[in-house]
Amino acid sequence: MKLAVLIYEGPYNHEASDSAYNFVEAALEKGHEIRGIFFYHDGVYNVTKLMDPPQDDRHISKRWSELGAKGIDIVVCIAAAKRRGIVDDVLVDNVRISGLGQLTMMAIEAERMVVFGD
Amino acid sequence: MLHTVNKSPFQNGALESCLRFINEGDVILLIEDGVFGARTGTAKAALIENVLKTNKVYALSADVQARGITSVIDGIEVTDYAGFVDLVEQHSVHSWL
Amino acid sequence: MSDDVKKIMFTVRKGPHGTIYVYEGLEVKLIMAAYDADISVVFMDDGVYALQQGQKTGDLGIKGFEATYGVLVDYEISKVYVDKKSMEDRGMTVEDLVVIGEDEDTEEDIRPTVVDADQIAAMMAEQHNILPF
Repeated sequence: MKLAVLIYEGPYNHEASDSAYNFVEAALEKGHEIRGIFFYHDGVYNVTKLMDPPQDDRHISKRWSELGAKGIDIVVCIAAAKRRGIVDDVLVDNVRISGLGQLTMMAIEAERMVVFGD
Repeated sequence: MLHTVNKSPFQNGALESCLRFINEGDVILLIEDGVFGARTGTAKAALIENVLKTNKVYALSADVQARGITSVIDGIEVTDYAGFVDLVEQHSVHSWL
Repeated sequence: MSDDVKKIMFTVRKGPHGTIYVYEGLEVKLIMAAYDADISVVFMDDGVYALQQGQKTGDLGIKGFEATYGVLVDYEISKVYVDKKSMEDRGMTVEDLVVIGEDEDTEEDIRPTVVDADQIAAMMAEQHNILPF
């Protein structure tokens, strides 16, 4: 099945990003297609390369980047990102910045959209 | 439909709202702080006990375990992320954020 | 509108201004309205407070969005619903609700439509996807 995931909260502060990541991993393992992952609201902070967590903690932006390397379309909302000082230069690899039209296409094209947030 | 609830019923009305809009055949999945609603012996347990008479309720095992919950209300099915994915495959979703 | 146009619903359950969700959620609705989708918006729980008329956000120093709600119908977002119980529980009546447009023929104000939980549950069941904002 074609699934899309929408994430509203920033990393570490809220569980949303972890829940979403674990959900996506399980969905991939079951052979589902991830049509896209979209970061909105403070969710845009999940994919900055400025992130540098302690060694014994999960590296949230690295995890998302690795999923992107598998060919999953990971999109950060440009309007939400600009408002919060997130620009192309600070994004991890395999993630792109684009408009809400991308979210619209995911909502239309994915058979299910699962939203994680506060 | 699948309704996901990620808020503690002690702090937020998400679960109670969800229960007002639930259809026959719909299922509820408690995730994140929502799993506090799955615990036995709480002042909010009746909310889940009542809905269990008509609808299926699941709780996400990773969140249940992380919060040290060892006893969930009779009738709740504890499931893992793979089970979460299966529920999404079977139902369209509304997240009661 | 053809049969294969997808139904997308937005649920608004959070109050305005305390957090950004309602404001940024409105931006999504306005963009999505330009696409080929059958959009509806349901205000419930504290989300009904987002529809209160007369929000003055000047002293707070933020732009506010009441004026944008006033042109929802112009954006072709006319399926706008309010949960009756949420509204009544929160001390609001239909007269409190913002105007979202004007009827082209009669020039009468259009306000969100008040519906009950069963109607909302039935609409939710028909959706392709639901986005909570």
